[in-house]
Amino acid sequence: MTTKYEALTGAEAAALAMKQINPDVVAVYPITPQTPIVMKFSEYVANGEVDTEMVRVESEHSAMSATVGAAGAGARAMTATAANGLALMWEIVYIAASTRLPIVMGLVNRALSGPINIHCDHSDSMGARDSGWIQIYSENAQEVYDNYFMALRIAEHKDVLLPVMVCQDGFITSHSVENVLPLEDAQVKKFIGKKNFKGLLTSEKPYTIGPLDLQDYYMEHKMQQHDAMKHVIPVIEKIQKEYAETFDRKYEIIEEYRTDDADMVIVGMSSVMGTVKDVIDMMREEGIKVGAVKPRLFRPFPAEKIKNVLSKFKAIIILDRSDSFGSFPPLYGEILASFFAAEKKPYIKSFIHGLGGRDTNVEMIKEVISELQKLRDTGESNFTIDYLGVR
Amino acid sequence: MAVILKNEINKQVPLNGGHRMCPGCPVPVIVKQVLMSTDHPKIVANATGCLEVATTIYPYTSWNVPWIHNAFENAGATISGVVAAYEAMKRSGELPEKNKDAKFIAFGGDGGTYDIGLQSLSGALERGHNFLYVCYDNEGYMNTGIQRSSATPIGANTTTTPVGKKSWGKTQPRKDLLSIVAAHHIPYAASVAPHDYNDSMAKSKKAIEVNGPSFLVYFSPCIPGWKIASDVSFELSKIAVQTCFWPLVEIENGEWSLTGDSKRIAEGKKEKLPIEDFLKTQGRFKHLFKPKLQEDVLKIIQNDIDKSWNFYKKMAGYTD
Amino acid sequence: MSKEIKKGWKEIPIGGLLLDAGNSREYETGTWRTFKPIHNAEKCINCYFCWEFCPDNSILIKDDKVVGMNYFQCKGCGVCAAVCPTKAIEMVKEEK
Repeated sequence: MTTKYEALTGAEAAALAMKQINPDVVAVYPITPQTPIVMKFSEYVANGEVDTEMVRVESEHSAMSATVGAAGAGARAMTATAANGLALMWEIVYIAASTRLPIVMGLVNRALSGPINIHCDHSDSMGARDSGWIQIYSENAQEVYDNYFMALRIAEHKDVLLPVMVCQDGFITSHSVENVLPLEDAQVKKFIGKKNFKGLLTSEKPYTIGPLDLQDYYMEHKMQQHDAMKHVIPVIEKIQKEYAETFDRKYEIIEEYRTDDADMVIVGMSSVMGTVKDVIDMMREEGIKVGAVKPRLFRPFPAEKIKNVLSKFKAIIILDRSDSFGSFPPLYGEILASFFAAEKKPYIKSFIHGLGGRDTNVEMIKEVISELQKLRDTGESNFTIDYLGVR
Repeated sequence: MAVILKNEINKQVPLNGGHRMCPGCPVPVIVKQVLMSTDHPKIVANATGCLEVATTIYPYTSWNVPWIHNAFENAGATISGVVAAYEAMKRSGELPEKNKDAKFIAFGGDGGTYDIGLQSLSGALERGHNFLYVCYDNEGYMNTGIQRSSATPIGANTTTTPVGKKSWGKTQPRKDLLSIVAAHHIPYAASVAPHDYNDSMAKSKKAIEVNGPSFLVYFSPCIPGWKIASDVSFELSKIAVQTCFWPLVEIENGEWSLTGDSKRIAEGKKEKLPIEDFLKTQGRFKHLFKPKLQEDVLKIIQNDIDKSWNFYKKMAGYTD
Repeated sequence: MSKEIKKGWKEIPIGGLLLDAGNSREYETGTWRTFKPIHNAEKCINCYFCWEFCPDNSILIKDDKVVGMNYFQCKGCGVCAAVCPTKAIEMVKEEK
């Protein structure tokens, strides 16, 4: 295995992973902050470093449409987008999942307008949480890189056959240079293996893909999607285990950080957890027993696992990088639901943070930890939702 | 070259019966003419619309060729992806031998082509994928209940341009889609009328076999939408050409020409019929004749037809 | 109407895929008819216009000759009679 680190942005890590996957078709449309993925991948194409047929479409709607066409025809097909781009491809995002096409899409999380904003939050992907896609959230460039290969294996697994979004935080991850330890091309090739799904438009018999499905069978097809999602968690665990054994890189669906003796934790996803871990290290110096819990998977939501992990603690604060106006923020709401049937429940509180790229800094996380202590000791702010760092 | 039907009758048709298209709808015939014009293996993408919904009501399909439907406005993009997949898999050697010579055809109605799918079509034409796009133009959103589209002719009564005390139907002329497509400078584009199967199949064959993107816009009467009898579609197709409502145009590598009766009319070998002969055959124009003859509106419509006919004649090199 | 046994979610292909090309041949649309085309072999010159223009693929041909209609699927639109140059097809009111 290579031991040579490369200085890469999250976007470059994504592009490098795509290059090593060497997909048959990539159909993309540029949008900030996804553009460096497209530009880097275009260079790979221009230099003959991939065999990919790249389709530079005229919109994100067409990006997902062409990706669906390509995957339907039997290609390993990929795309990437962000925010308004995801919104424009919306209807086809659902169709990709319903047609059971194992597409891997890079999503560079960005606030979904308006007013228009190009910076990070999770309002784009959280809107798509019920589209039938698997959603994996990456904390840093290394996770982005590794998640691509696992995502491909998950998507193409015979018990799954669902599309996967690999999410990374816009600018914060996509444009920051970090040390990334890449794999060698041959290692990737071996790990991802050959396509094991059928080319539906190249088969011996002519198939009909995407028929009109009315009252008679629509629910049966939805039940199949419902059932497929149930297979995802065991499949991911198997693939993560294989990845760890092959490359000595351990990923879990839920990552725990300094939780062994903790009585309270911060729960959150993606890049903010880097800051959270740093602040936890500082607080630990002061003897505060705080830890962090980071789900990498949001769809399917690992409810049972998260309940088991979190029930150990007296208090938890959940950081959501998007709002669900008039309801519970997405991660908070899921965790509440996970605990509904539990006998032992921690105090639980929600903070919405980092909207439109607002920096969630060390001071803010310190504030969260001080809130967490109060929550643990008094339970007064139990079930409350607040904005973090808003004037 | 004339099509000899005796050679066609024993071939497998691309679209079986048992579909739920309206009785007398010419669209299945259009599909047959296009897909039977060559013996290449074919892959079809279909925009949402009458053809798509009525031929694939689960668990039934009428299609005997590989077929994909994605959504309404994206047949151009969908077929782009299919073509790209084939190109990539051809290179990687994983494409089955029998598929190597495959041709790609997208079908969409006028709503899916003139309106909501125009961007997707334009993108696919500009990128130069090797495929044929066929627009079956029934001049309105017929599948959703006869609403006007930008292909609806001036004067037509539709459910969103209903005739009323202050309305004589749609007031705008049709969009000239063929010219828009031609402006992409693709190698082949043509307008087609299904009654003239020799012309239709010759154009379809050229369009499918040409290297690069190609386009056909097909005259396609709609039985309920145009309020016509179920057996008149092909007769109407003939009248549409003879009144110059639907000129038969062919654009090969930028060279415009007229074909069939349109050519004969342009060369003075056939009479150009007045537009009333076309309008009076259809319930959607009934209000122009009853309860009273709306001569001023008919004049507007005739002027519009003459204007577009003169444009096509000029493009085809005819000078008056 | 063809009798269809509706299958459960474990028994059908995923993603709405239809594997049986052209199986609408088993779906009856003949019940839609109000008029029925009757073919007269004596008048027929086998020009095949009816075959070319039938939207429902319902013209039966045997040994290169038109032999009648597939009434299981013919919707009775009358196109065949309209395009027939020798009036070899007559539309008669369907008796139910």
